[in-house]
Amino acid sequence: MSIHEDTNLLNQLNQATLSRRSFLQWSAATGAAALLTSNVNLVNGLYPLEQALAAAGDIQVIPTGCAHNCGGRCVLKAHVQDGIIIRITSDTDRPDDPLDPQLRACVRGRSYRRRVYAPDRLKSPLRRTGPRGSGLYEEISWEEAVDTVAENLIRVKETYGNSAIYSHYATGGGSTTAGSGTAARLLDLFGGRLGYYNNYSWACVQVATPTVYGTQNTGQSRLDWLNSKLILMWGWNPAEMIDGTNTMYFVKQARAAGAKTIVIDPRHTMSAVGLADEWIPIRPGTDTAMMAAMAYVLITEGLIDENFVNTYALGFDADHMPAGYENAESFKAYILGESDGVPKTPAWAEEYTGVPADTIARIGREYGTTKPAMLYQGYGIQRRAYGEQVVRMGCVLPALTGNIGIPGGWASGIAFAIGGESAPGAGFPSVANAVPYSVPSYMYTDAVLRGAEMGRADGVRGLAEGEETLPTGIKLLYNAAGNCLANQHGNINRTKEILADESLAEFIVVHEQFLTPSAKFADIILPACTFMETFGMTGNWKYGPSRVLLPKVIEPLYGTKSDYAIAAMIAERLGIYDEYTEGGKTEEDWYNQWIQTLTTDNAAVYGDAEAFTARGSMTVPYTENPPVAFADFIADPVANPLTTPSGLVEIFSPALAAMNKPEEIPAIPKFIVEWDSPWSPEAENYPLQAIGNHYMHRVHSTLDNIDWMDEAFPQRVFINPADATERGIQEGDMVRIWNDRGAMIIPARVTPRIMPGVVNIPQGAWYTPDADGVDRRGCVNVLTSERPSPLALGNTQQTMMVQVEKV
Amino acid sequence: MAQYGFYVDLNACIGCKACQMACKDRAGNEPGMNWRRVLEVGGGDWQKVGQAWVPDVFAYFVPTACHHCSNPPCLPVCPTAAISKDSNGIVKIDVEQCIGCHYCEWACLWGAPVFYEEQGIVNKCDFCKDIVDAGGSPACVEACPMRAMEWGDVEELRARHPEATFQIVPLADPQDFQPNALYKANTAAGERVGTILNQEEI
Ligand code: SF4
Ligand code: SF4
Ligand code: SF4
Repeated sequence: MSIHEDTNLLNQLNQATLSRRSFLQWSAATGAAALLTSNVNLVNGLYPLEQALAAAGDIQVIPTGCAHNCGGRCVLKAHVQDGIIIRITSDTDRPDDPLDPQLRACVRGRSYRRRVYAPDRLKSPLRRTGPRGSGLYEEISWEEAVDTVAENLIRVKETYGNSAIYSHYATGGGSTTAGSGTAARLLDLFGGRLGYYNNYSWACVQVATPTVYGTQNTGQSRLDWLNSKLILMWGWNPAEMIDGTNTMYFVKQARAAGAKTIVIDPRHTMSAVGLADEWIPIRPGTDTAMMAAMAYVLITEGLIDENFVNTYALGFDADHMPAGYENAESFKAYILGESDGVPKTPAWAEEYTGVPADTIARIGREYGTTKPAMLYQGYGIQRRAYGEQVVRMGCVLPALTGNIGIPGGWASGIAFAIGGESAPGAGFPSVANAVPYSVPSYMYTDAVLRGAEMGRADGVRGLAEGEETLPTGIKLLYNAAGNCLANQHGNINRTKEILADESLAEFIVVHEQFLTPSAKFADIILPACTFMETFGMTGNWKYGPSRVLLPKVIEPLYGTKSDYAIAAMIAERLGIYDEYTEGGKTEEDWYNQWIQTLTTDNAAVYGDAEAFTARGSMTVPYTENPPVAFADFIADPVANPLTTPSGLVEIFSPALAAMNKPEEIPAIPKFIVEWDSPWSPEAENYPLQAIGNHYMHRVHSTLDNIDWMDEAFPQRVFINPADATERGIQEGDMVRIWNDRGAMIIPARVTPRIMPGVVNIPQGAWYTPDADGVDRRGCVNVLTSERPSPLALGNTQQTMMVQVEKV
Repeated sequence: MAQYGFYVDLNACIGCKACQMACKDRAGNEPGMNWRRVLEVGGGDWQKVGQAWVPDVFAYFVPTACHHCSNPPCLPVCPTAAISKDSNGIVKIDVEQCIGCHYCEWACLWGAPVFYEEQGIVNKCDFCKDIVDAGGSPACVEACPMRAMEWGDVEELRARHPEATFQIVPLADPQDFQPNALYKANTAAGERVGTILNQEEI
């Protein structure tokens, strides 16, 4: 049975009981029958909704939001009748002001009732009965499940200590009372846990940006984009990955205000269609080469902002090298090939990037002569082998052209906005983690496999002086609302083996709504409700100065509980219930407390509690002329130095130089040919590069099992006709995609909208192996590697080579 | 009598299907059934020049639903007179009267009427009549994150967007049915003629 086969009880009932012309009977029906039939009406598309519903019972429209880990924080309004969500609308009740735009939801939020009522929701606590990963479970009581979890927590703590307990990075719960935060709070009150640093989104960019600027706050309000004349959307696809609710709309506004936009991406993305004046396809992993060649054009054609590089930057040329590194290779020397004999000309870059040399030169000139201009980096380009380099190079180009600290310019990097893009928030009070150690999140499987051997070179932080390694490997995994345990982690076939070994992680507990590929490794699964079934609030993201309340819309289905309530039950068994719940607070108590805090401390933004609750969301209005990052530094670099060691923009980083690994961590940004690339040995057997984009179907892996989404954006591999023809592949054919790490069989979409030599397997599909271990759903992590990037030790899941054949 | 219509700027549409999903959610349509659909249209080739790949590739999206034709071909063919046109020009099927004969489905050039096998009836976009009559906007229009869609009296839409047209590839030639959907053509496509790229999604 396919996971998308419609086994929805409600639908079956509908189809069985509903004959046409039965509408009049509906209004006469009562009780449970009315409840089901009224829903039936609506799922079969027979009648204007509101009319049919009006006949059956009052409809309550409850403002809530969309609590997912995309970049958006949108408004949803749940239309509830007889305790059932029968429709979802979005932010329609207030004017749509370009400076305070409505927070309009995308398909992911709009299909949410299909997720709440999905037939495969977990309904009872489960205990594993087959091998880990088999998906074989038996239903048990909450008491038994929670007791088992508590017993194992106590046993592991007593046997190995708290540092053997680990709660992995997880983003499936976007509400303050849901997700991994509830588990972290529990474990911290229980004496602590092995921590992690880095996330799967921004590992390289968050580490590399401060090496140039000393901070991650390198950006400004989206409103400032309207001041720009040129926006290079480098690997940036805000239309699909949603870089903040309305970010695509701000790009539209920037274009209307006169900005030219250019998308640089191997894919002809939704953004390339609807947001861009030009599309430049580029081979994955070669962005740094194109940027270097643009720098070559700027240098050789006299387009460098000399004042900027001489006054504000370190290491541009031999005259501006830091003390102690006077004879090291400057940026200019690298670009001109003075030390390695390879000038980074557009012709040189063409060979790697697949972008014509004259196009590279033209873009270099446009960027060098259009002021102000933005080079906006997407995040997929840094989830790569040398993801640090593209970030650093992307930060250097604005320095070369003086686009830092001016309205309409952009310093690049992670670019958290200073001023104007955040709204005050609230959440559980923080609890200190008594365990000092943390590991890079992308190396968590290593900490399971060989934790007691992992030391500083493996990225372990928090080791005391004289302590060389972690005291123990991970023995207990606590995973709340996340699919990074298996599905979203690199190299799933390796992860599987590690998780299946009960001598390594002795106990795995998962809070979930569905039997995800990660959940299938749990010994105990605790069924969680969705955010629509409890109280909560959205958290912050990079863009969007809004706070959206998430009141309880319907009662939890099947007796499921919020992540908070589940953790509270375990806390009770561990003797820390009062600490965990601050004396018995429910989700609703916290919700009301947070609203009180927010409206008391920030009355100007949120109004009073009643107004905030009634409207359900509030946005900090944009102000004209938003502050620009580094403007004070530009005004007076001596009085307002950066927080880098030199106080300057570090094109050359002495700190990186001191690491003494110039091949992989150069002091100036360099193009480094990736492992697993067209120029590596893998290419012999696996000639195609593969990437895995953030797909409209899902938020990462959330919503993969939802039929409406599967219809709108089916899972498949996108392949260029040139590569398809060579392999006898036609549109819709089933194809096998494989490399040394694994294989999958999925349909092909043959499209000119991806460059030759590159295939795209949208990330987040749920790993579904057949009897031969071949994935039939298209989970890209069958093909990705667990190898971390050199400096950040971040995920490199966009770097892989594959072969494709028709089956 | 007024005549409502839709307008979509195909330069701004990103193909996100929020309009399609908002409609689907209101109608409660099962997979495979949509009153509004988003066509992906495109084409073009690649050329290897030196080491480089040079595309001549274009694409755009065409959100499409019932066009509430001024002279609807679906209406006169209905044997039970289940299809009517209201005072705002909304073409509506009365599912109580529909016998599921498919005639309207076959008469429409754009696949707007959708057959419901279980119930043996046909239904389609009703311009969100209940919402619009109550002073609201169609669900699809309100959903668009790019603010690419508009609705209203079609003459007003035409006056606001004099360049807008129905002559958009791949929409069938309207003959004399006078569909009330206006599109601003995608300029990046230029004179190039595309084909539907997302057959399996529509
Ligand atoms: S678009 Fe089709 S269904 Fe709609 S009015 Fe015209 S012919 Fe009838
Ligand atoms: S007007 Fe209403 S019924 Fe028609 S396509 Fe839009 S949302 Fe669907
Ligand atoms: S919602 Fe707007 S941008 Fe998205 S597909 Fe529909 S018309 Fe296009």
